[in-house]
Amino acid sequence: MREVHTDSIIAAVENLFIDANINLSQNVFDALNQAIEKEESPVGKEVIRELVTNANIARTEHMPICQDTGLAVTFVEVGQDVHVVGGTLTDAIAEGVRRAYKNGYLRKSCCDPFSRKNTGDNTPPIIHTHIVPGDTIKIVALPKGGGSENYGEVRMLVPSQGKEGVKSFVIDMVTKGGPNPCPPIIVGVGIGGNFETSALLSKEALMAPIGQRNPDPAIAAFELEILDAINKTGIGPQGYGGTVTALDVHIRMLPCHIASLPAAVNIQCHAHRIKEITI
Amino acid sequence: MEIKRIQTPLDDGVINQLKAGEKVFLNGFIFTARDSAHKRFFETLDRGEELPFDIRNQIIYYCGPSPAPPGKVIGSCGPTTSSRMDAYAPRLISLGLKGMIGKGKRSQAVKDSLKQYKAVYFGATGGAGALLSKSVISSETIAYEDLGPEAVVKLGVQDMPLFVINDIFGNDLYETGMQQYRR
Repeated sequence: MREVHTDSIIAAVENLFIDANINLSQNVFDALNQAIEKEESPVGKEVIRELVTNANIARTEHMPICQDTGLAVTFVEVGQDVHVVGGTLTDAIAEGVRRAYKNGYLRKSCCDPFSRKNTGDNTPPIIHTHIVPGDTIKIVALPKGGGSENYGEVRMLVPSQGKEGVKSFVIDMVTKGGPNPCPPIIVGVGIGGNFETSALLSKEALMAPIGQRNPDPAIAAFELEILDAINKTGIGPQGYGGTVTALDVHIRMLPCHIASLPAAVNIQCHAHRIKEITI
Repeated sequence: MEIKRIQTPLDDGVINQLKAGEKVFLNGFIFTARDSAHKRFFETLDRGEELPFDIRNQIIYYCGPSPAPPGKVIGSCGPTTSSRMDAYAPRLISLGLKGMIGKGKRSQAVKDSLKQYKAVYFGATGGAGALLSKSVISSETIAYEDLGPEAVVKLGVQDMPLFVINDIFGNDLYETGMQQYRR
């Protein structure tokens, strides 16, 4: 049994959230640069150029890419041969988040649902854990802004609605969001499982790099089919009109109940901030 | 693309020239206010008191910046979604507010007010908070400091990059842009 001290988890989480919020990943940066070429609207091109400049300024000036530095979402894969010492894993992640948002000058955006009183330190973080083989801990930090998160939804479709039902659900959500989730967006689609699994799958889908296709060729083709339909809506960068409304669509799918077809859509803005570490 | 330079306070002469889809560089002063500040504006007006600043011919920016790191005027400061302020905007426009900066569509009531009172809605690029911070040259909290990122801050701006979304002629870039590129 390998021991991992909470001090190393706290430090790793602090670094991850600061890094994610300031340094746009090369994958997203490259996708934005390619989008300038693909975009047909002059205004749309100008908007994406601003986004590329923004990413460069954030990196060199050490500033958040976007002032909405999000709720602190983490996906944690805990090897079953790891023993966390010094405290609990949950407390360690929360402390890392607390330090990141304070020391990194990140905005604290977490509040009471009704009184709207800010929790003051961007905790509690959102933690999804999976137990996996091995003796390491992998942590993915995915700070998620409110503007894009507001256009997510779970729908319990009827099995007869099939692929067409899922496709029109996704287009419906993208159209409903229009300019608000800050296009060009990345769309996570969760299909199957049950009510809560579909929602989780839709967020996990966002972890796939832009351009990476689902290993199942039929689902990979379905991803591209939906992407094409989204880019024909005309919404465009920032909703000002254009041909690049989404940078990619990622689907995650699991078997479901014979009576159900759960589907979930989770929308991510162009400021797709994601960083990971394995301890 | 061609970029117009405009200056606050906004007068009708400038507003008459602005068309949806144009890019502008804004100079002068603007005031940040989002959800909670707007709620307080209304409470203040309902009590018959004065707002913390004279809104006539001014621009409100829907923005809650990230904290300013040491040595910087402001943190990252992009726009938030404007529709949450739709309930408040028509009354402020009727009192002389001439511009709003945010992101996302406005209600018909807001668009009608823009036409009636000759005011403009500008879009700042959402998620470009680092870029937008470069155009902020001064920052002074003038009200509601207790609201943290939602306080009212007077920002001095130099060549702040914006797009005209809703002009006084009833044009809406979100509608015309989408129609033009729908396939």
